[in-house]
Parts: sequence; C-alpha cells; structure tokens
Amino acid sequence: MNAPVLWEETIQPGATWSHVLKRGTGLRLTDLEGGANAGALFYNFECPTERYNMPDTLKAQHIARLTEGFVLYSDMGRILCSITADTCGWHDPLSGFSGETEVLKKYGSATYQECRNDYHKNTRDGFLIELEKWGLSSRDLTASINFFSRVDVSEAGTMSFAPGNSAPGSHVELRAEMNVLAIVNTCQHPLDPNPEYQPRPVHVSILQTEPPQADDPCRISRAENERGFEITRRYFL
Amino acid sequence: MTLSTLDPLRAIYSADIPAGEAWIHPIHKDQYFRIVDLHGNQAVDTLFYNAHNYADRYSAQDTVRAQQNLYLTTGSTLISTEGHSLLTIVADTCGRHDTLGGACSNESNMVRYAIEKRHMHACRASFLKAIAGFGHGLSKRDIPSNINFFMNVPVTPEGKLTFEDGISEAGKYVEMRADCDVLALISNCPQLNNPCNGYNPTPVRVLIWDGAEA
Repeated sequence: MNAPVLWEETIQPGATWSHVLKRGTGLRLTDLEGGANAGALFYNFECPTERYNMPDTLKAQHIARLTEGFVLYSDMGRILCSITADTCGWHDPLSGFSGETEVLKKYGSATYQECRNDYHKNTRDGFLIELEKWGLSSRDLTASINFFSRVDVSEAGTMSFAPGNSAPGSHVELRAEMNVLAIVNTCQHPLDPNPEYQPRPVHVSILQTEPPQADDPCRISRAENERGFEITRRYFL
Repeated sequence: MTLSTLDPLRAIYSADIPAGEAWIHPIHKDQYFRIVDLHGNQAVDTLFYNAHNYADRYSAQDTVRAQQNLYLTTGSTLISTEGHSLLTIVADTCGRHDTLGGACSNESNMVRYAIEKRHMHACRASFLKAIAGFGHGLSKRDIPSNINFFMNVPVTPEGKLTFEDGISEAGKYVEMRADCDVLALISNCPQLNNPCNGYNPTPVRVLIWDGAEA
C-alpha cells in the first residue's frame, strides 16, 4: 500500500532536519546510497516534556531493536509513532549519538573556515541547534534512535556495530499517532568503524496515512500495545 | 565480583532508604559511595547529575557506548550527557547491573500491566517528588533513563529484552568513586507487578566515605 506523498526532500550528509509530524501523517526515511545512519529524537509537540522514552519502548515490547510492528512510546504511556513498514529489518535503539570530541578524535579536524559546508558535523550539536529552534535545550537531549544501523549484543553484553545493515534504497515508515516533533540527523553512527568522515544522505517523505484500525498490526501485536493505543486515544478526547 | 576494603564503621554517612522512598544527596569528588542490597533482589533506580550543572547528567546511551557493553559492573565509568566521567564503579559483589530497563512509572505500569494500575506507587513518582522538594529548577525534563542497580535485564543476540530473576542477594553491594562533584538521586523501587524486587520491595543502605579512607 503506497501512501500519498505530501512533500519530500533530502537531508544532506551530516545535516539535521526537524518537522512536526501531524497525527494522520507519516514519515518515510529512505537510505538513498546504503550505509546511512539517521539519528532521531521524538517529542510530543504540544507538551515537549513528554518525549520518546527508550526504556519504556524496549520493556513494553521486550525488544532491544526496532523494526516494523513495533511502536515508539513516550514517557507518558502514549504511542508517539508506529513503525508501519521497514525493508531494513533492524534499527538501533541503544547506542545514542556522538558529540564534537568523539568526532574530532575519530575523523580529525575539518572546520568551516577550512572546508566551508563540508566541515565535520556531529549529531549532538545538530540535535542541540535544532532543539533550540523549538525552544528546547540540552536538558531535553534524550535517548535517540539510530535508524538504518544495527548494533549486535553478545551474551556477555558486548556491543558491536554490524556493517552492511542497510542496502541502497532501504526505507522505514513511521505513522504519527500524536503531533510529534521529530528531529533527524544524518551523521555516521557513533560505533561505525569507518575511519573516514563519510555521512550519507537520507531522503524524507511526508505521507498521508490512514488512522490505525482495530486490526492494525502494531496495535494487536501484543496486549501492551493495545493498551498503549487506548491511552493515546484518550489523550485526544 | 570485586570486594571493597572500606570499613562501614568509618563511613561519614549512612542511611537506610525504605522501599518506595526517594533519596537525594551530594557526593563530592573522590568520595566513595556504596549501595547495599540489604535483603536481596531489590532494584535501586539511580540517577547522577554533575553537581555544578544539572543539565549535564547521567546518560545510559553514552555510558554503554563508551564501554561498548550493556551491563554495568566494576570498571564501568558512568558517563554524562556532556561526556564527563561522573563516577566509576570500583567494587561490586553482585556482578551485573542494568541501565536499559529505566524506571517504572504510573503510565508505564498502565501499558505493561493494566490501565487500572495507574494508582500503584512507582519510581518516577518518587523521582518527581524528590526533585520538587529539592528545587533548584529541576523538573521532569531532568529525569533521563537511569541505572537499576541489582537488576538483571539481559539482551539476547536476537534483539530481545528479557527480565530475569535477580542475581543479587542479601548483603550484596556496589561501590563507586565520584570522579567529580555529583548529586545522587535514588528511588528505591516500589514495583509489585514484576519480579524485579522479588514481589517484596525492601530497604537498601547507602554509605559515603571520604576519599582519604581508600
């Protein structure tokens, strides 16, 4: 089922993007070249102290990865977005994002003065700048999701970046269940072992979506999500 | 399993936190901070802040990424959102502590167990009460994902999160050295809907030593 595209654009490599996803619309992220990373934060636009909560998302669904059929919970028991389609199969909710120091250490110095807009960007600064635009600040930096990236965890808890997780053209679709401020940055995953600074572009498409029906796969996948959808429904009444 | 040489009789501070209560207290650079699971299998939901900048606070994702391991034990450094080392775990007789499971809340209990369970006491309610009393401008924005000392939440290679019975027992402890001046915030977990407290939440003890004792 192809949802109508309302508008679309490409987030350039290393750039940051934000948009208020209205309830009833969706966001499709497409990895144009393969090997992209899309770091993302999510807030309830009407009350941004309500935001994506990593532990609540993981423990409600007993997961340590994200893909189609799972939902993103806020700290208030509500569902910000549902993952309604995914050709990639594994998105990383564990590793967070890197800042200026990590990027400098890994890739060396490349300033704006020297490199103009090819300067080395980092996700933390990108998130901070975008948060400030919406009246938020470093106090609102919270756990992020790394779309298109996979980090494997061994029995002993060791985390290892899985190269080649996302093929060119792979995409993931989020359906907004609330009015959601989404912030997306395309810097490399912080555990990506590639020693070169090579962020990739990510294409964003805003979709017209149908409201979740009674038999919606994300809703009926488990009793927790049925309650999550009901708690979200009550918020709008 | 790493034992501490510090003598509880020489601690400069000791307090017992009953189940369902919060505790907020400064810990100065180079002081040692121990949490004792007095009765066993008690989750201790814990946050740390840079005492000079509360916006710089414990970050679960930065901590696990820095050590490239999901579980906390001796040698783990607790990293802040600005990349600072807040504390380092220097002794641990339990062996594994969780930082993915977060804190229970009225709302997460509604999702996980039943909408009618909203009324049950929860960690994030304890956190909010503690910061409301503490003041200094702290609010819900300042409650990020926490550490669950003495809680066992293994991740499988297939990407599943599992909640296992605790591996802690009465008298097990974890001890940290403060790498800078920090503010500690604890909720001694009141959860009754899952085995994280063995369905019987119990008190824990916190102790602080001056660095010169080590």
